[in-house]
Amino acid sequence: MEFDRNSVRKVAHLARLELTADEEQQFSGQLSSILDYFEQLSELDTADVPPTTRVIDVSNVTRSDELQPYTDREAILQSAPEQEGDYFKVPKIL
Amino acid sequence: MASIRELHHQLVSKERSAVEITQEVLQRIEALEPKLHSFLCVTAEAALEQARRVDAKIAAGEEIGVLEGIPVGVKDNMCTQGIPTTCASRILENFVPPYNATVVEKLAAAGAVIVGKTNLDEFAMGSSTENSAYQTTVNPWDLTRVSGGSSGGSAAAVAAQECVVALGSDTGGSIRQPAALCGVVGMKPTYGLVSRYGLVAYASSLDQIGPFGRSVEDAAILLETVAGYDPKDATSLKVDIPQYSQTLKPNLRPKGRLRIGVIQETFGQGLEPEVETAVKNAIETLQELGAEIQVVSCPTFRYGLPCYYIIAPSEASANLARYDGVKYGMRVPDAENLVEMYGKTRAAGFGTEVKRRIVIGTYALSAGYYDAYYLKAQKVRTLIKRDFDRAFAQADVLVCPTSPTTAFKVGEKTDDPLSMYLSDLMTIPVNLAGLPALSVPCGFDSQGLPIGMQIIGNVLQESTLFEVAYAYEQSVLWSDRKPSLS
Repeated sequence: MEFDRNSVRKVAHLARLELTADEEQQFSGQLSSILDYFEQLSELDTADVPPTTRVIDVSNVTRSDELQPYTDREAILQSAPEQEGDYFKVPKIL
Repeated sequence: MASIRELHHQLVSKERSAVEITQEVLQRIEALEPKLHSFLCVTAEAALEQARRVDAKIAAGEEIGVLEGIPVGVKDNMCTQGIPTTCASRILENFVPPYNATVVEKLAAAGAVIVGKTNLDEFAMGSSTENSAYQTTVNPWDLTRVSGGSSGGSAAAVAAQECVVALGSDTGGSIRQPAALCGVVGMKPTYGLVSRYGLVAYASSLDQIGPFGRSVEDAAILLETVAGYDPKDATSLKVDIPQYSQTLKPNLRPKGRLRIGVIQETFGQGLEPEVETAVKNAIETLQELGAEIQVVSCPTFRYGLPCYYIIAPSEASANLARYDGVKYGMRVPDAENLVEMYGKTRAAGFGTEVKRRIVIGTYALSAGYYDAYYLKAQKVRTLIKRDFDRAFAQADVLVCPTSPTTAFKVGEKTDDPLSMYLSDLMTIPVNLAGLPALSVPCGFDSQGLPIGMQIIGNVLQESTLFEVAYAYEQSVLWSDRKPSLS
């Protein structure tokens, strides 16, 4: 399957990833062969096979909703590249 | 460096202090790191401080646990409070977690001495540590070759005795493959046995933390310390953890009571002849020890690789969306707006392989392709699981080579992602089925490079794996050989 540079750019944008022209070129070739490699899965008939969403069956895991305050609020704010007061600061959105 | 039990004995009998043991390890790290590059960060001061606490307990006549005062390495994708956790990525270069992963809490509670954070492929994506943004960890047996990956730093550090045991994580073989390439024992436990809380997520339905050791017993001790139910991980299993290290015996079960299935599909194209010979010899040894050997078939085994390279990047593309330059990690300054900041920060912060997998995963999950890729792969996963179920109806454990080749040269596979992916051919199906498996050294090729045999167990059969690996290890003593470090 052909995965051209345009497709690479489109998908990268969906993932909020700016690629260089070189990366677009490189990925286009590599992803084409990787997608070709995926093609072999079509050899398997899976029409009546259910998907595996969890390998070990654990479901409806619940716990009581108890408040466990985290005390070091400052450490979390300090981890952010930019902060102002009690907020994470970001560039303008629109 | 002695085994955990020997070191424990030395501590209890006051033959050596914990500080002396830690100092020996730190000196080794200092001497070897310029060549090996196993560690991204060495926590010498904190390690010595912990060692002093252990010595104080011993001096006060208190009893100490078996892992107390033992130097341990931790892969740098597990959060350590106050100690940088980079995942070998630029995007987390300055990240210092405000909390500990559950496994780190458990190591601390056991009194282990954490000596540093070990190198990996960025976000655990890779098979050689060459995808680390900081350094490539080389193989202690041949410094021109890779240590394997993604937990190559932990594997090399244990092989070179820069620590006694280490934690790694395994999504498609990231513990077992480097263990094989570096000649140590490495185990990926059953999915859910070890809490993933604080393990930086790569592919959540496959990731699992596990131990590295120079011997089966050391690996068993580390696993029984970190395993167990954790309410902070919703996929964590509510099961009792056996004391794996207490039931190891040099003899296998009575003749004919242990059935070993040899997966025939793993002995084919792409397998190095010397690896094949070594693994077949190991199987003969197991037979001599009393195991009943039979050939089993897992026809969908070979579809594991394409299946994995759809599922893992898909999950990764979602998991890595959190690196957006807002809450933690780096940010490229001076962007006009938020979307531009995301795009530029992620472009500068992620390496090539991570970008490649984000693009593959985003594509596989995008509108119109979900059924053809992700859903198809999840269905194939069911078929692979069924193959294993059938094989386990015939056999108690399954064996095959861990890696089709011994350690390859640094740079040999970096230009061709598919050839690098093939390195995980034998290990990936195990993650897809959530099973436990370990790699145990089973010989050397003509160049002196280690070879590993993979032993796969049914769900929660870690004890059986340790039992078989221990009996094999005791009969061959490959672990007596030490790497040349040249």
